[in-house]
Amino acid sequence: MGNTKVRKMLFILSKATIENVYAAFIMANGARMEGIESEIFFTFFGLEAIQKKKLEHLHVATVGNPAMHIPTMLGGLPGMEALATKMMKSEMEKLDMPPVSEFLEILSDSGCKLWACKLAVEMFHLEEKDLIDDLDGILTIGDFYNRADQENTHLLFI
Amino acid sequence: MEKTYLQSIIQINEEGYLTDFTQWTKEIGAEIAKEQGIEMTDKHWEVIDYIHDKYKNEEALSIRGIKKSGVINIKEFYELFPGGPLKKATLIAGIPKPKSCI
Repeated sequence: MGNTKVRKMLFILSKATIENVYAAFIMANGARMEGIESEIFFTFFGLEAIQKKKLEHLHVATVGNPAMHIPTMLGGLPGMEALATKMMKSEMEKLDMPPVSEFLEILSDSGCKLWACKLAVEMFHLEEKDLIDDLDGILTIGDFYNRADQENTHLLFI
Repeated sequence: MEKTYLQSIIQINEEGYLTDFTQWTKEIGAEIAKEQGIEMTDKHWEVIDYIHDKYKNEEALSIRGIKKSGVINIKEFYELFPGGPLKKATLIAGIPKPKSCI
């Protein structure tokens, strides 16, 4: 156990764009590295990050993202998302940031709990076999709140 | 700042990290570990050796590096150095706290 006042960080990941997925992963991993407990609840599009077939194919959003500094019309052209994603992934590799599958392994080995949202799993007609082996389980939001029901716990929606 | 370990005066920063690695000895490392509630074993020292190698080669430490180290896996690393393994291990190893976010 660390000596931090914050004891536990719970993240709800609802999006599948690379920047959001990595934000959740880096913060969840960073918490463990500081001796803080951490868990991630994957819901809605966030579920893409724990689907075996999809997790290595996440993209940067080039449309509706003013930080891309390109006209929205251009961002919508075929290949733009793939190009922007490739560029971002190469920058991330330079910083020794692991790809999604390896990052999930690191998180699981570090003791970060990984949960899928029951309602979203049903909505997208997913089965357990579609999801990563390291998943700790499928929870309702009520189950997840129970896990948050401790002193010095923070919840963060991404 | 200064702190006395085993009758030697050691230079440390406000977080307790040694500021001069040349002052580090294995015995001092074991004393720092004790303060953190860690009793050093051969496996602990293997990890410290790995960290020293990285430090001497000026390679950054990261949890991904630990995974690839071949010395220890991440689960064991967390078990050996509970409560922030890289922070604790570098403290015991007498080198600066890693600055990486991953």
